[in-house]
Formats: sequence, structure tokens, C-alpha cells
Amino acid sequence: MSDITGSWQIDPVHSEVGFAVSYNQIGTFRGSFDSFQGTLRVSNDQASLSGSAPATSVAVKDENLATHLLSPEFFDADRYPEIRLNADDLSIGADGTVSGEAKLELKGHSASLQLTGTISSPAADAFGRTRIGVELSGSVDRHQLGLDWNAPLPQGGQALGDQVQVSTSAQFVKEEA
Amino acid sequence: MRILALSGSLREHSTNRLLLEQLLRLAPEGVEIEVYQGLKSLPPYDADDEATAGTAVSALRERAKWADGLLIATPEYNGSVPGVLKNALDWLSRPFASNPLRGKPVLVVGASSGMFGAAWATDDLRRIMRTIGARPLDEGFTLPHSHEAFDNQGELKDLEGRAQLAQLFERLVEAITENQVQRAKAETPVAVETAG
Repeated sequence: MSDITGSWQIDPVHSEVGFAVSYNQIGTFRGSFDSFQGTLRVSNDQASLSGSAPATSVAVKDENLATHLLSPEFFDADRYPEIRLNADDLSIGADGTVSGEAKLELKGHSASLQLTGTISSPAADAFGRTRIGVELSGSVDRHQLGLDWNAPLPQGGQALGDQVQVSTSAQFVKEEA
Repeated sequence: MRILALSGSLREHSTNRLLLEQLLRLAPEGVEIEVYQGLKSLPPYDADDEATAGTAVSALRERAKWADGLLIATPEYNGSVPGVLKNALDWLSRPFASNPLRGKPVLVVGASSGMFGAAWATDDLRRIMRTIGARPLDEGFTLPHSHEAFDNQGELKDLEGRAQLAQLFERLVEAITENQVQRAKAETPVAVETAG
């Protein structure tokens, strides 16, 4: 794994940031965020990640669902416009594996989660910039974030799962010196 | 601070109206309250009529926009909120994403002649307000045996009940104030950290 020391900025066009949660007990519902920023600072085999997304950039396919997600029953975006993810101390293995604890903040709450994933060696893109690929994911109990909504199902049980997987498939571009 | 108050019962000798009036007498200082009395004049909600809903609907919407919070007393008809009240809320909930009740604190109380004091209706009403995007207080007030609960002057006989109602009104005022503070905070641009 080549040297990736330095500061890297997420490429918002060629990256995705999203979440997945069990819905209706029979499958997984996925959503993402259209707009986000993120900085990765690497030195030796350690990295810190700092990222955020406006809650209003949540991307789902139905307008009423988006409204529900922004309401006080979910993100409460009027009061808490920003969602933040920070990891101060990610460990990077020689084989490019990454792991460490992160803090997710939204709706005035914060929760810890373990992030795991991979970082690629750097490569030049078609325009001469240096970039790395980063895959990260972790799972969090949404109730720790004040996301308590649910709805009973006709056959019993609740519609929405408690564990939410957050993940990113991202490319970061080296900051110009 | 502006509060829109309404009772879900139309009849003249409604105990919900008495409960609402009791609450209004216990209102803290500095609160401007308007009692909405036009439930009966609203046409039945029809999505096809949204653009041409008429003056009763636009007047209701205008009052909802004016208000910082709401106070609603509901009876329980057949296990839930009365149709006329739900009808008003259905009109107010449109257009869904930008309706005038979004984000506003609401205090829900209820009265009934039975032993549960409109408990199901008040629970349903809080759930309806959450679905609309408002902020109903978790705490409410239910008045059972309401036909025997008021004296000849319309005062609630139970002094502890009166104290509870006064406290709840304070909570509504606090929630509205907190709302205004939070909104101001959210709208303030945050200083952006630049890379050193």
C-alpha cells in the first residue's frame, strides 16, 4: 500500500453516502444524501475523517417520505440542519484495511459507531489529480440518535428496524499543496 | 407570542368548550390568544378543491400561519377525534411539505362524560399532529366525568386539575419559546473552519 500521507477532499460527484435499514421486516430500504463534504487527513498509518451533510439533502424517491424524514419525527431539519460524522483515530493497515470509532451527530444527539472498510493506494485520474478510493461502513442503533418513529404492521411487529447501516463509497482527491 | 385555541365540539353546552375556557383563564402573561370558532363553516376536505377552497379555509389557514402554537380541546366520538376537527386539520395539512402547522408546538386536552376523559381521542390527536409535522407536547390532560366536573361559574371543581392545567399552559409557552430560540440558532450561519 503506497503512501497516502496528506489531506484529501471528497469528490462529491463520484462518491455516495447513504444509509440502509430493515423495512416491513422483509427487506432493506436505502436512502442517500445528495450533498456532502468530507476531509480525510492521513499521516503514517492513522487518519482522521471529518464529514457533514445538510439534512435537507436526503435523497429518497417520494416527496412525502422526504418531508417525513425532515420532520420532528426524524431528522428535525428545521432545528438541526446538519448531520456530522467524525472519526479522529482511524487505523490504516498495510493491506489498506481501515477501522476505528466514529461519532455520528444529528437531531441534537450523538452516537458512537465502529467504522470498517478499505482505502486504496493513490492513483492519478484522467485530469492528473491524485485520488484514493475509500469504502467505509458501520452500524448504529437509531434510537441513540432520537430517531424513534415506528408503525405497527398488520401481522404484528414494527415496520422499521432499529439498526441502521451507514456507508460510503467515496473517492477523495489530494488537496493541492 | 400567539396561540390559536379551538375545541373540537360544536354543541353549545360542550364540556370541551368549558375546559378550553378554563385553560384560557389560566393563561400566563404576555400571550395573545385567539379562539377559532369556524369549524362548522369549513367545507368537507376534497383534494380536487384545494385551489378553490373558499374563504372559510383561507381564513383558517391565515389564523394557523399567524399562530406560534396551538391549544386544542377534543371530545371523543366513537373512539377518536370528531370528524369536524379532523376535517379542519386535513385542510390545514395541505400542501403537506409546507403546511402552516409544521414545527409548531401543540397542547392537546380532552374531556368526556365517560371514565377515560377522551384518552383515545387525545392520543390520536397527538399522533395526527406529529404526522402533520407539528410538535405536540407529550403531556396532555384528560377530564373524565366532565358533565360533573365544573361548577356553576364554569370553573373546574378540582383545584389540583386547575393547577395541572396552568402548568401545562406554561409548558406550551416554554415549548414555543424554545422553538423560536432553536429556529434562530438553525438559521444563524456557522463559521466555517478553513484548512490551516
